[in-house]
Amino acid sequence: MSTTPISSWKVDLAEVTQIYPWVGSEVLMAWVAIILWLLWHVWQLKHENAAYDEEIAKHGDEMTVRNAVSDHE
Amino acid sequence: MDTDVAAITTVFTEFYYWITVALMFLIHVGFCMYEVGASRHRNHMHTLMKNSMLIPLVTVTWFFFGWWIYWAFPGGPGITGGLGHPDPSFAAAYTPWGESMGPRLDDRISGVFWAAFLLFAWTAASIVSGAVIERIRSFAFWIFAILIGSVTWSIDAAWGWHFNGWMVQLLGYHDAYASGVIHAIAGGTALGVLVVLGPRLGKFSADGTPRDILPHNPWLVCIGLFLIYTGFWGFYVACNVPVAGPGFIDGQITGSTQTATTIYLTPTTLSAITMNFLMSLAGGMLAGYMVSKGDAFWTYSGGLAGIITASAGNDLYHPVQALIIGGIGTYLMYKLHYWVERTYKVDDAVGAVAVHGYAGFIGLVIAGFVLWGHPSSPYEGFAEINPIGQFVGAIIMFWVLGFLPAWIIAKILASFDLLRIPREIELLGLDFQNNKEAEAARQSVVEGMRSSSASS
Repeated sequence: MSTTPISSWKVDLAEVTQIYPWVGSEVLMAWVAIILWLLWHVWQLKHENAAYDEEIAKHGDEMTVRNAVSDHE
Repeated sequence: MDTDVAAITTVFTEFYYWITVALMFLIHVGFCMYEVGASRHRNHMHTLMKNSMLIPLVTVTWFFFGWWIYWAFPGGPGITGGLGHPDPSFAAAYTPWGESMGPRLDDRISGVFWAAFLLFAWTAASIVSGAVIERIRSFAFWIFAILIGSVTWSIDAAWGWHFNGWMVQLLGYHDAYASGVIHAIAGGTALGVLVVLGPRLGKFSADGTPRDILPHNPWLVCIGLFLIYTGFWGFYVACNVPVAGPGFIDGQITGSTQTATTIYLTPTTLSAITMNFLMSLAGGMLAGYMVSKGDAFWTYSGGLAGIITASAGNDLYHPVQALIIGGIGTYLMYKLHYWVERTYKVDDAVGAVAVHGYAGFIGLVIAGFVLWGHPSSPYEGFAEINPIGQFVGAIIMFWVLGFLPAWIIAKILASFDLLRIPREIELLGLDFQNNKEAEAARQSVVEGMRSSSASS
């Protein structure tokens, strides 16, 4: 029993094709990865917006901004 | 791999592309150093992460659809053939669930070839990254990185950097080392984003006079460019097919001589491209030093621009031609950079539009004249290299596939307020919060050490 198409290396290598696990489920694996990728962007956008909002709330007053500009480097 | 010669050829080809991937990593290291050096201290870490995260994002999207686009679109589709022209089964094999997209013992080349093209994709996206530093939202930049890295560059490569691309067939388009398919499109993309994004605060005075926002660390910028030169060796070599016999080229070439070829399967040699790479680098550095009066940033950038200008024809040029073409492209891109900045108030923080976009465009046009009449392909019926085909090709690369899609996406993102960071954040600096937290952590440690010292 093997998750790959190979259960023994006593074979003619010229006959061997795929060697990865779960051959036949490529479409499912690809869609799982695509959904994870899209969810990452959704999370990142929310995180970035929240980080800016928090920073402006904490440090966005005129004095802090003016001092930051003076320290500008 | 049923004979020793076939085995050696296959394993050599596999190793050859693998080495190019390792070398091309240095391009990305160089871009990160260069961008961080060019940004101001208060934006360093954000600048680094903005560039670094294009690596995973372009990689996964290149796996999902970028590589498939390359094999699916050489005919347009609808210009010289349908989807997957000339062999639809090739395109099907490169879908993310396709048979060539996983480890298998009967295909040792697809994976490394995929990776070499992926590293080109990173490069294209990274070129855009430098131009837009210190004011673009990360979300927005990563959308542009995916756009150029896994969509538009892949389309342009299918059209103009494929042995059967319609631009090669109909226009005689020749761009052996990617003046257009990587550099012009990346410069055009950067310009399309920049005109919507706008300049960094303080870049222009009230009367529109540009101010120099100097690199925080000019030394790091120059070493970054030096590393890009180094990685460029991998880029150049990856543009070739290392060993091809006439049989590989469908018997179009007679005799039995094996040769390296360009991506168009036209014969060349590693010696040719090595000499021309170095001579065009030299031409660019000499011209860059002269036109900028010894400025280090523009001298190093000039070296890059020299290579980029000559790249379209560096498989064929005489080294003296490569030298002069590199110098001409560098001189012109420098002048254009400042003219565009003054005239249109475009703030290209690292000169990426000039070094890559203008130099790449100019290089394509020059190749049309210098290589006029040379066969663009070993196949019968393809147009010869010619000035009009190269000029049209340059327009397609810079404006049609570079500027236009980026400008449209930038407009859409701007309409949702997702393109540019808030004004307060730009004034505070993108790393302000992190720097505050780091300073607080440092102070806390110092206080802890002081109290330990006092109690002992």
